[in-house]
Amino acid sequence: MENKTFTISVYSENNVGLLNRISGIFLKRHINILSLNVSESEIENVSRFIIVVNTTEKWVHNIVGQIEKQIEVIKAFYHIDEETIFLENALFKIESSLLFDEKQIQNIIKESHSEIVTVSRDFFVISKSGQRAEIESLYEKLKPFGIMQFVRSGRISVSKSKMEISSLLEELKQ
Amino acid sequence: MKISGAEAVIRCLLAEGVDLIYGYPGGAIMPVYDELYKFKDDLHHVLVRHEQGATHAAQGYARATGKVGVAIATSGPGATNLVTGIADAQIDSTPMVCITGQVGKHLLGSDAFQETDIIGISTPVTKWNYQITEASEIPEIIAKAFYIAKSGRPGPVLIDITKNAQFDEMEFSYAKCTSIRSYNPKPVLNIDKVKEAAEIINTAKKPFIIFGQGVILSEAEAELKALVEKSGIPAAWTILGLSAMPTDHPLNVGMVGMHGNYGPNVLTNECDVLIALGMRFDDRVTGNLATYAKQAKVIHFEIDPAEVDKNVKTDVAVLADLKESLTALLPLIENNTHESWHNTFKEKYEQELEAVINEELQPMKDGISMGETIEMINKHSKGDAIMVSDVGQHQMFTCRYAKFNSTKSNVTSGGLGTMGFALPAAIGAKMGMPNREVVAIIGDGGFQMTIQELGTIFQTKVPVKIVVLNNEFLGMVRQWQQLFFDKRYASTEMINPNFIAIAEGYYIKAKKVTKREDLDAAVAEMMASKESYFLEVMVEKENNVFPMIPTGASVSDIRLS
Repeated sequence: MENKTFTISVYSENNVGLLNRISGIFLKRHINILSLNVSESEIENVSRFIIVVNTTEKWVHNIVGQIEKQIEVIKAFYHIDEETIFLENALFKIESSLLFDEKQIQNIIKESHSEIVTVSRDFFVISKSGQRAEIESLYEKLKPFGIMQFVRSGRISVSKSKMEISSLLEELKQ
Repeated sequence: MKISGAEAVIRCLLAEGVDLIYGYPGGAIMPVYDELYKFKDDLHHVLVRHEQGATHAAQGYARATGKVGVAIATSGPGATNLVTGIADAQIDSTPMVCITGQVGKHLLGSDAFQETDIIGISTPVTKWNYQITEASEIPEIIAKAFYIAKSGRPGPVLIDITKNAQFDEMEFSYAKCTSIRSYNPKPVLNIDKVKEAAEIINTAKKPFIIFGQGVILSEAEAELKALVEKSGIPAAWTILGLSAMPTDHPLNVGMVGMHGNYGPNVLTNECDVLIALGMRFDDRVTGNLATYAKQAKVIHFEIDPAEVDKNVKTDVAVLADLKESLTALLPLIENNTHESWHNTFKEKYEQELEAVINEELQPMKDGISMGETIEMINKHSKGDAIMVSDVGQHQMFTCRYAKFNSTKSNVTSGGLGTMGFALPAAIGAKMGMPNREVVAIIGDGGFQMTIQELGTIFQTKVPVKIVVLNNEFLGMVRQWQQLFFDKRYASTEMINPNFIAIAEGYYIKAKKVTKREDLDAAVAEMMASKESYFLEVMVEKENNVFPMIPTGASVSDIRLS
């Protein structure tokens, strides 16, 4: 069975130690987590983990089963890229003088649909949301001018189809 | 009424019906021990000699009674010493609650004396764990701990309680936990799946049942027996399923797995329908998965959704508590006898009898065999004893040859294979079932891993019978070295102490048998003893356990020699 990129979504209680318990399941199988994002979900006090891994479908099936059986996990799913809408966020910190000295930077910002979130005397910060390739292409374009700091978030995603969990979550909402 | 957190811990245990716990005191758990002193008439605490012994004793208690075993220890090394037993309980689905003391909340994370992150350490080997830092949390969390440990697929839970939470006062009230919104212990039975399963079973020509510990955990022994008798389907056990059905039942065809019986293993690859009841297709059962039961339709009755399709792809999965699913299945099953199919099992058994079993149970060699010792115990126990085995060759001989009339009678470390398990587990089993005979079967290696628990036996006067099968080797590893490493016996030879003197040092009656003619009388004396008894049997040094499926081989390639 070939390896593929899978996005695992986990709905869980918001409890201390659960991240450790979930990441341990990947550790046990010697799988590297490519990206991890944890946030509040659409339900109060319910967290949503988005975990990206590269593995076989058989293993992701087993892993999701083992995640879901953890006491504080409400439900877990996995999807391939085609089944989700996903993006990442990146911040680029660049020296302010370049904004005026290198006019090209303004074009790059415009063409990449990124935005300047802050400008100070010494530096300005560009924010870019999108798929990995778009962020990487922006990075390559800005690199020659010198990037002071770069950071990219984990993947966030929503499924295209309705999650089986919706009705369960409705109950939890009440 | 305001009481201390420590007193609340005791009151919670009493509310859960606990009357016996195993443990070892220390600094961070002293407030709870102080309350144990006050409550000693209601809650009996057994002082073990090492915290690992507390977990195995709690496991032995849980496995023999079906109730939750409880172990208690202090922070730091007390807590880390519990880990082996917790891991064992996790992989063997044993309900256990462990309580550990922890340094005060203000010291957490500061590398304080005897501080260890037991929550972090125990996370991968617990069904659930939780650190209590406020006294007011105690009742709700302990109630959850017992509910989680016992419900669904059981397992170990660890509750870590900081010292301040034990000292602080709180308003006490207790309510049992009956549900947790993120936890679904019993999947709702889908009756269509049961019908689908019944149809396949009824039209099968060569169906085969493998039953595991799920039968015992859901107390579905009567349903299993009824199913087997009505359908006439040959049934084999996994090591943890052993004793769920009487061993001499005519439809019980033996054990599957690495050292299981010849027929059940070979015929796994000839059956047309494989019915797995409360078992998880462990690699020691399946051998090479690529060649495992490929010809068969697989029906998996299972409570844990994570086990379905984990190792073996199923055609029909019936997700539910086994007692419930078998009860629904029974009326749909047609009467049958599968006579010629049974005859195939009988033929295979004859082959095994000739190649392996006869020589093991009535050896021509001078040296005593492990198998004949087990057979001698059968003669005197009449199959009524609880047998607690350790890990290694003697364990395989026990599981292959011991007779059992009733359920919850085979206590052994299956999934984790923990040497040192049996002696403390036997203590727990005997305390849980005081009216039954409990015999621990241990090798000379494993015995020395938890030998200090002889002290617990002496102090509590618990009348367990201890049999050490001494071959002066770590026998199972030696067998592998002989078969797969050209007899390079690296560090498997044991130069042993005088075990009789050690047992007698603990004032335990002891006897050593070196000759076959003395075995019968010695076993008789042991079984008749009202007190604990230590029997050392010097067995043939280089005997092997057969049949055997070499690691990675197919069940069809099981070796008879």
